[in-house]
Amino acid sequence: MPTTKADELPIQTSADVVSVRQAVRSAAMEQSFSLVDQTKLVTAASELARNTLDYGGGGSVRIERVLDGARKGVRLVFKDQGPGIADIDLAMRDGYTSGGGLGLGLGGAKRLVSEFHIDSAPGKGTTITITRWR
Amino acid sequence: MERIPILQMGKFLLVTIQVDMHDRLALTLQDDLTNKIVKAGARGVLIDISSLEVVDSFIGRMIGNIASMSRVLDAQTVVVGMQPAVAITLVELGLSLVGVRTALNVERGMAMLQKQMEEDRDDQEETGDADD
Repeated sequence: MPTTKADELPIQTSADVVSVRQAVRSAAMEQSFSLVDQTKLVTAASELARNTLDYGGGGSVRIERVLDGARKGVRLVFKDQGPGIADIDLAMRDGYTSGGGLGLGLGGAKRLVSEFHIDSAPGKGTTITITRWR
Repeated sequence: MERIPILQMGKFLLVTIQVDMHDRLALTLQDDLTNKIVKAGARGVLIDISSLEVVDSFIGRMIGNIASMSRVLDAQTVVVGMQPAVAITLVELGLSLVGVRTALNVERGMAMLQKQMEEDRDDQEETGDADD
């Protein structure tokens, strides 16, 4: 699947989370997403960027504009070198949180995108890849 | 330090969130509002989120917290102006903002607070009479 353009942004402070939201918004606009689709992707990105910061101890996101035939999409790859997730099924469950949040981050983000993939193990960090097609 | 301004209008506090808030700014607003409710003896808080393009679970939780804290401090909170795309996303995210009163715009939100305050006053007058 061709990637037409990609940027990488750091996620080290809560101001970086705001920058991620803005960069994802402009990528979604470039790919002519509707306002609702833009909002869903940006909201999912915000949840995952905050997880990267709060639970992963900081990391980065790669923002890719992707093309599948005539279909345009945006793919986001969140990476951290944090403690990793031991029980992914549990972490995905709504209402489960290891921190002080609402426990809607992972499950909620998954519901807002077309494709969701998580790769994590204790001590190995976490990589989450999401794609939303228009 | 960066802050969201809180305006006072009689017994009501008004907040218009016009920037993309980072988490600490949202927490500062929560603290500032709670303090201001007590200081001003406010009976109502109106939060205008019509400029907010994203409400994620963190901001959603902050809105819920403000509503709960103001209730404990004897004030009502109304959230107004949520964009349709934000409302659709919130529901899909799984955030239903239980216990948060909403209105379509500032005018309706103010009317809601005003009515609530008048009802509370009537109740108080009734109990006041009974005490005599």
